[in-house]
Amino acid sequence: MARLTVPVSGHHQGVHAELRDVSKSFGGTHALEGVSLAIGHGSIHALVGENGAGKSTLGKIISGVHSPDHGQLLLAGEPVRFRSPRDAISRGVILIAQELAIVGSLTVAENVFLGVEPRQAGFQNRRELRRRYTELAASVGFELDGDANAGRLRTADQQKVEILRALCRNAQLIVMDEPTAALSRPDAEALHVVIRRLARSGTTVVLVSHFLGEVLELADEVTILRDGRLVQTVPAAGQTEDSLLAAMLGRPLDATFPPKRPVPADAPVVLSVRGLTAPGVSDVSFDLRAGEILGLAGLVGAGRTELARAVYQANRVSAGTVSVPGPAAPGPAGAAGPAGPAGPAGPAGPAGPAGMTSVTGTPRTAIRAGLAMIPESRKEQGLLPGRSVRENVTLSSLAQLSRAGMVRPRPERRAVREMLARVDVRGGGQAMAASALSGGNQQKLLFARSLLRDPRVLVADEPTRGVDVGAKRAIYELLASLTGNGLGVLLISSDVEEILGLAHRVLVMRTGRIAAELSGDEATEAAILGAAFGATERGA
Amino acid sequence: MGQPQAAPPRADKPDKGAFPGASAIQAILREPRTELLGRARRGGIIFPFLVLFIVLSISSGPFFTKTNLLDILDQQASTLIIAAAGTLVLVAGGIDLSVGATYALASVVATKLALSVNPVLAIAAGVAVGLLVGLVNGVIVTFFRINSLIATLAMSFVVAGLAALATAGNLIIAYSALGYAKLARTSFLTVNTSTWTMLAVVIALGVVLSRTIAGRYMYAAGSNAEAARLAGVRVQQIRLITFVISGGAAALGGIIDASRVLSAQSSNGETTLTFTVLAGIVVGGTSILGGEGAIWRTVVGTLFIALIGNGFVLLGLNPLYEQITLGGILLIAVGADAWSRLRTT
Repeated sequence: MARLTVPVSGHHQGVHAELRDVSKSFGGTHALEGVSLAIGHGSIHALVGENGAGKSTLGKIISGVHSPDHGQLLLAGEPVRFRSPRDAISRGVILIAQELAIVGSLTVAENVFLGVEPRQAGFQNRRELRRRYTELAASVGFELDGDANAGRLRTADQQKVEILRALCRNAQLIVMDEPTAALSRPDAEALHVVIRRLARSGTTVVLVSHFLGEVLELADEVTILRDGRLVQTVPAAGQTEDSLLAAMLGRPLDATFPPKRPVPADAPVVLSVRGLTAPGVSDVSFDLRAGEILGLAGLVGAGRTELARAVYQANRVSAGTVSVPGPAAPGPAGAAGPAGPAGPAGPAGPAGPAGMTSVTGTPRTAIRAGLAMIPESRKEQGLLPGRSVRENVTLSSLAQLSRAGMVRPRPERRAVREMLARVDVRGGGQAMAASALSGGNQQKLLFARSLLRDPRVLVADEPTRGVDVGAKRAIYELLASLTGNGLGVLLISSDVEEILGLAHRVLVMRTGRIAAELSGDEATEAAILGAAFGATERGA
Repeated sequence: MGQPQAAPPRADKPDKGAFPGASAIQAILREPRTELLGRARRGGIIFPFLVLFIVLSISSGPFFTKTNLLDILDQQASTLIIAAAGTLVLVAGGIDLSVGATYALASVVATKLALSVNPVLAIAAGVAVGLLVGLVNGVIVTFFRINSLIATLAMSFVVAGLAALATAGNLIIAYSALGYAKLARTSFLTVNTSTWTMLAVVIALGVVLSRTIAGRYMYAAGSNAEAARLAGVRVQQIRLITFVISGGAAALGGIIDASRVLSAQSSNGETTLTFTVLAGIVVGGTSILGGEGAIWRTVVGTLFIALIGNGFVLLGLNPLYEQITLGGILLIAVGADAWSRLRTT
């Protein structure tokens, strides 16, 4: 016990978990190399670093998902060797993974007590289950119906189910991997309250997070990793986002958001939406102009993704129009002089603007009309995981790269090479499986797929979710440079700062409708949140 | 293997469809040792196949003769045709359990017609029946969104019933229809037309899967249907096409076999054929979960199973063990697929 490589701040009673010189590699790449750190009892200990820095791996070693190749893990000073997450659970260490493990067909209470349900002669004791659930939920102040179907819950509530599940297994140390990545701001804040309450009641929390603001707000100590190595462990007090970023990147970071390029006053409308009504969306109208980034803010469930999908024709549209300039949908850009001044005159424009062609049907027709979408979940809606990078990039553009139905290998390879360079995907080759790329590179891959079609409108739904700081920055740059080329971007993000930093104009959605349109100085965090919650007067 | 590499290590190219044996072996020789295991998994069935081939060549005199090898190909012609088409179905994320029944129905229809009409017409009618069955399968799976496993299982009963109805349970004999026999039994360059037909179909389907837009869409549909749809792929249409191709191929297989013996009955094929075909595809390394696989794999997998059967006969082994061996190999193949997926995620 003599050698503590990092100081532990005084107000916690002793060390809960300690890593000594831990290394782990996966097939030749070092995920962690010689990392040592100590986690204080009842503290909130954050792990930060870029994607691939090793923070998730570290969390998984602590919770028994991976075992270290080298080095030791100690719990309360005693060396332990977890063979499985089950081993770790029996010692009170539980991981809440980024991908939630919810059994969709079971109720909330059944999910919470899954595997440890109260039994009576082999049958589940429903009454006891309900009683214990109510007790447990009340103890942490969650208002979550135990009989609700867990699969239908919002991500934020599913997160709560996971936390309750950990608590009912007497977790003393909970590792949370990106718990707020999929949450809207208020949900994330509610979770922060929960995390603080956990720590106050003596539970140790290891928090893996990309959100430095969250880390600074919650954590007692922060461990910074870079390329699998420990940079430092420091008390969170006294750190700033900039100081953490600099330590993570090994260099200071300039302004987070690239400068906004002003939209020319005569920029043509590239997308016009009128009275759009679809599942989760009612009567939405707006115009998007060339070179403009239109931010779409709102709470989770407010209908942002639904609106994006309706615009892209991925969800069935029951009323209203989505239209793009041009006489015929598949015509080349700028075939006819675009609508011009007739565009964004007033909120209640004509039903089908002149000079515009309506887009209806399927994503296929939307793509042909010059639309592209970066879907909300890259894993479920974006990537072909086992297929090559090349096949992923050219999936939407095969017709241009083939002759008589046969894909032409050389033009395809060249197009992919150029596009990968443009979106800055590094490492690997075109033949590598898409699933082997890091989260940031996967996201860039989806940009590459969209941009290869040379779209006029890009719908980007949470384009920076779950990517590291460097990739985030690269995606911001990319979006900004694309608008310079006249692309119109509809940007959905739960990160209000991102919306404010990138968008020229912000639409705030609430219960499927546009609750507010904010531009220029009106667009502030307070105004957006106010509108999202319905605090402002609803304009008649 | 221990040689220093002159050229810098190159990123491996996907070599689907090309001559797999040659390139896989070259690749193995080029790679350093540590990569061997991963390579072996990707190469999959090719190594067991070569080992078995060599062992049989050494241990059995008659094995490595032109007659025996051509015989194997001739016997496997229909299975290979059906399995190649079935590979498309699996890659696109479906499964076709009705091929055995379609095989029987088409062979019965074509053989019966061959007694009265021009053999070309009879053959065309038989293939048309198969395409129709495939179309119905496809429509049920895509339009009515019924799981393909269940849909094609149900259809296999319907189709087998139709075949029994058409023959009233009797064997149809067409010994007099010599024109009909030409489909399978004409010799061209010392190789039977059935083998030539098989080669043509297998190569054509191999090109479709590995080189065309349609092939890319099949992989995309099977790998992640929602992502493919959002990327503009007509997922349902492409799946429907794979079922139509599978139905047509099953029919062609049935007709080739019937023309070889100039007779057909409704109990031809049936479930045994369906499962032999699936076993060949899966042993080759095409995933039953969709999105992965290749025609060349199916060819090697099917021939691997054929070699085992051939080996049991030539070496005079107790044929009762053949099925047990096959089952074991199938389990290993499926296990290897599942295991490699686990490891890569």
